[in-house]
Amino acid sequence: MSTPASTPVYVPFPAAGELSDADREDLRRNGILLTSLEELYNWGRSNSIWPLQFGLACCAIEMIAAATARFDIARFGAEIFRPSPRQADLMIVSGTVTKKMAPLVVRLWNQMPEPKYCIAMGACAISGGPFKQGYNVLKGIDRFLPVDIYIPGCPPRPEALLNGLIKLQEQIKGEHLNGPRSARHLRDDAPSEYPIPEYGTHDLTPAQNPALWSAPAPPRYPPVDPTA
Amino acid sequence: MNSPAPAFASVPSPFGAPSGPTVRAVHDQFHGDLLEVSMGPQHPSTHGVFRMIASLDGEQIVKLKPVFGYLHRNHEKIAENTSYLASMPYTDRLDYLCSMSTNWAYALAVEKLLGQSVPDRAQYLRVILAEMTRIVNHSCLVGFLFNDLGTSFTPLLYAFREREKFIDLFESLSGSRMMCNYQRFGGCRVDPTPEWLAAARTLIENFPRFLDEYERLLTGNEIMLARTQGIGRLDPARAVNAGITGPVLRASGVDYDIRKVDAYGFYSRFDFRVPLGDHGDTYDRYMLRILEMRESVKILSQAFRDIPAGPIMDPKAKQRGHRPKAGEAYARIEGPKGELGFYLLSDGGPNPYRYRVRPPSLINLTLLEEMCLGHTIADSVVILGSIDIVLGEVDR
Amino acid sequence: MDTLEQLRDRLATRFPEAQVVFVTNPGASAEHSLLLDAAHARDIAFFLRDDPALRLDYCSNATGIDWPEKEITDVVKTSVPDPAGGPAKIVETKSVRVQPGYLEAVYHLFSVALKHGPVVIRLRTANRSDAVTLPSLTPVWRSCDFQEREIFDLFGIVFAGHPDLRRILMWDEFKDHPMRKDYVEPADYEWEPTAHDEVLDKAKAFRASVPSVAARKETAS
Repeated sequence: MSTPASTPVYVPFPAAGELSDADREDLRRNGILLTSLEELYNWGRSNSIWPLQFGLACCAIEMIAAATARFDIARFGAEIFRPSPRQADLMIVSGTVTKKMAPLVVRLWNQMPEPKYCIAMGACAISGGPFKQGYNVLKGIDRFLPVDIYIPGCPPRPEALLNGLIKLQEQIKGEHLNGPRSARHLRDDAPSEYPIPEYGTHDLTPAQNPALWSAPAPPRYPPVDPTA
Repeated sequence: MNSPAPAFASVPSPFGAPSGPTVRAVHDQFHGDLLEVSMGPQHPSTHGVFRMIASLDGEQIVKLKPVFGYLHRNHEKIAENTSYLASMPYTDRLDYLCSMSTNWAYALAVEKLLGQSVPDRAQYLRVILAEMTRIVNHSCLVGFLFNDLGTSFTPLLYAFREREKFIDLFESLSGSRMMCNYQRFGGCRVDPTPEWLAAARTLIENFPRFLDEYERLLTGNEIMLARTQGIGRLDPARAVNAGITGPVLRASGVDYDIRKVDAYGFYSRFDFRVPLGDHGDTYDRYMLRILEMRESVKILSQAFRDIPAGPIMDPKAKQRGHRPKAGEAYARIEGPKGELGFYLLSDGGPNPYRYRVRPPSLINLTLLEEMCLGHTIADSVVILGSIDIVLGEVDR
Repeated sequence: MDTLEQLRDRLATRFPEAQVVFVTNPGASAEHSLLLDAAHARDIAFFLRDDPALRLDYCSNATGIDWPEKEITDVVKTSVPDPAGGPAKIVETKSVRVQPGYLEAVYHLFSVALKHGPVVIRLRTANRSDAVTLPSLTPVWRSCDFQEREIFDLFGIVFAGHPDLRRILMWDEFKDHPMRKDYVEPADYEWEPTAHDEVLDKAKAFRASVPSVAARKETAS
């Protein structure tokens, strides 16, 4: 590999040195399990995610359905819904976040210990969804919180939530414990707590966290002049 | 000598000023030191984002103020800016456990405004779907109620197992598990196949077995009796004055069921009884739901027997672009939670000038404080659970 | 139960100084209503609740309606006889008058005891800005408690005599009454794929008000 000396080389996941996956698999069949601490740590973390028991709206019913016998989120190790944010790893923002509720959601997030993850479940949590035109509806929780996984749907089926959980597990498994590309909770520059918006006279102040969110650029807007 | 005690609030919190759940002692000249507890909006037993501020004397509630609005998503304002038909999917999201009956209430209001008639088959389908919704709602409610009693999910697992069977039928009929968007002004959206009707019929025929199993598991449980009998009594006269409707009202012994009073739809054609409670306590409210489910099974078996063939939509009905002439209409149904009403005011335009939902969940909470006074804080959770609220409807 | 006209006449004899106006509903539902004047509304409400023939003990629905002031163009057609003896000429004279705005509270009453209803009563404020006080009917029907708070919150009608008139759905610091027709909501639209020009215009205005990612990066570096 020809990389300039100034830029560090990042070992992609899995960080297993010279051995190929096939070699490792071969060793495993002979009873020798080779792994890295990072892999083992992430394997453990990703398979025992404790979500916050926190339902906002319609999607919460599908979240409960995902926890019941038919869909059984316990297969993925995430069945322990904790009522206290102090014990939870994962915030599933399940439903419409209103402006009245948004400061409390951010506060709950701030109260969760690191490492923590956020799933925006359903169209409302992503962008306001069908209620986007409402005066009291926050147009997406990503205006205030860093969202790891977006699950579209209104409401998403329980299978979609499970799929989102698996995607989150993949993300956790791919996280690095050191180096500049280490996981968010291990970096000094990434904040763990986010400012809580306050109730204003017409809207939340601020209406969004400018360090986290900015208005997305619409495609072809303003329209590109082909002659220019 | 009375130097003021150092105030906790003067210490700046790293998380900002408190606006959410806090516990603080308040001093009241009549009660001495009370403990003010804010429960919710994130609390496992407030059924969503409901919040109540309770003042406690020891463990007893001496004051309780509900706080609303954490799910106020402007359904009415959005509906006033969109066409009549486009509001139908929003009504699904009002009471997201019972979208079929909420659809019906809205369709009824618009039909009243338009002077639209509905064919027989569609009327039967509406009854079938509304009663199935009632069964789903009541069985889930009982599960949630027992969660509040501390059973940690087991009855809810049974209820959701049954719910999935109903939800599968709703999905195969309407395309969506929860947000069915099924009713239209002048009929229904799709006609169920004979196989669908047969499957629904089998499901309903087997449902009493589930109810028996459920009751064997729950009714008569000693802890349940101790925690619910005599708890949260509701006086019938006060309940009527406070606008309490639905099972909560009937558990207090008031015979008022809109299916009988208004006989909307085809309810006059069905033979069913209206169960009434004697004591108006939490136990009666639980038992009433069980009995109502049995009555719903009765209605459903009659409906499956009698449902005629024919169109499901009035052929003369407009499909879209409704412009009712100026006027107003108030239509109500006996929803699973109580009287669900829609008040529509038209100025002749394509959008309703005023669109109002009469939410049973919100108004049933009017007497929550009175029902909770003198009981322990743990009982308030059970009383709230027995009222059966859904926050999408409370705050809209 | 009597018809609403009979009820209006009974109220007129029982409360001679009160103004009770019969409001016709031209729609298909034909649910007519009675417009009460604010001064006697609570007395009439008590009468409606306690009268043995009516016993409207249950106020199901209470809601507000906003009627902003609007310009009404009256067209008066007058026929002017043609001096030449031909057919009469029809001249249209248009006059514009401003109908003052007001807020309205509507109550739907039923009787649980006698199982009849609805009787619809309405109350109107004098205008939409300063004279927005109406008597609260919560002392008559407790079910109006939360609903009148909601009307106060969303429409801005002040209910005199309400035990606990606070905002219910919006937060306490909120200043506007969002269900009024002239409410301007905060501009926080982002672009969305829509055919509605007004949404796109809102999104454009909003985007101009929030610095974009590129602009922020430039200022940071």
